[in-house]
Amino acid sequence: MAVLAFYLFAAIAILASLLVVGQRNPMYSVMLLIVSFGALAGLYVLLDAPFTAVTQIIIYAGAIMVLFLFVVMLLNAPREEPLPVSAASIMGPAGMRIGAVLSVLLAVEIVWALSRIGTSAFSRDAAEIDAVSSVANIGRVLFTQHAFAFEVTSILILVAMVGAVVLARKERA
Amino acid sequence: MVSLNHYLVLSGVLFAIGTAGVFLRRNLITVLLSVEIMLNAVNLMFVAVGRYRGTVDGQIITFFVMTVAAAEAAVGLALVIALFRHRETLVPDAFTSLKW
Repeated sequence: MAVLAFYLFAAIAILASLLVVGQRNPMYSVMLLIVSFGALAGLYVLLDAPFTAVTQIIIYAGAIMVLFLFVVMLLNAPREEPLPVSAASIMGPAGMRIGAVLSVLLAVEIVWALSRIGTSAFSRDAAEIDAVSSVANIGRVLFTQHAFAFEVTSILILVAMVGAVVLARKERA
Repeated sequence: MVSLNHYLVLSGVLFAIGTAGVFLRRNLITVLLSVEIMLNAVNLMFVAVGRYRGTVDGQIITFFVMTVAAAEAAVGLALVIALFRHRETLVPDAFTSLKW
């Protein structure tokens, strides 16, 4: 059952991400990315991380993607490039060959690295699952061990907010 | 039985899709969306490894990555708006000069 759910969510995530990259219209891209994020939230549930799944939906699908939607609508962006982009038109034959070699190398590296992991099964220990999925536990660790990083994050958001306002403001000529 | 390797491979595939999007798309908004795909691939890996090791640290880093992604989206989209005002286009090739 869990296996089936994993493959279902994984397929949705990969398909939606591919379509995001393949879409001409940014509006459809944003919508499809929300689908992809929903599938990832399902995967987080399978990984016993309900808190992360909920934040994924609320923050990513709810806040960040709405921001993107606003900008897409605000700019009324053109339907994008007149000429279809193919990898060949950018790189030329030599670049294609180098790219092919590099991607094969990357695949070999990944397989090698994965084969070095001994047992890769998740533990089924009930106490451990409880500890990992408990929101109280996450909150405790977040506000004790990672309290400094948490406070720095608030400064980061403040800076981003001020920066966004300054950048997007209309200049008085 | 779904193991850690499944999640790592899935994360790698999503990251590759995002990278391809950054390099192949010619629309600044789609490029930013591809960056979000990459961030999410990394998030998935953090959560999977955290679950594998039996700690909540992976979920906490994911939390921070989400915050950074929100900040990045806000600033990035503000930049896109500012650029669009000047050039009326979103094709990255149009923005080759540092000053205008």
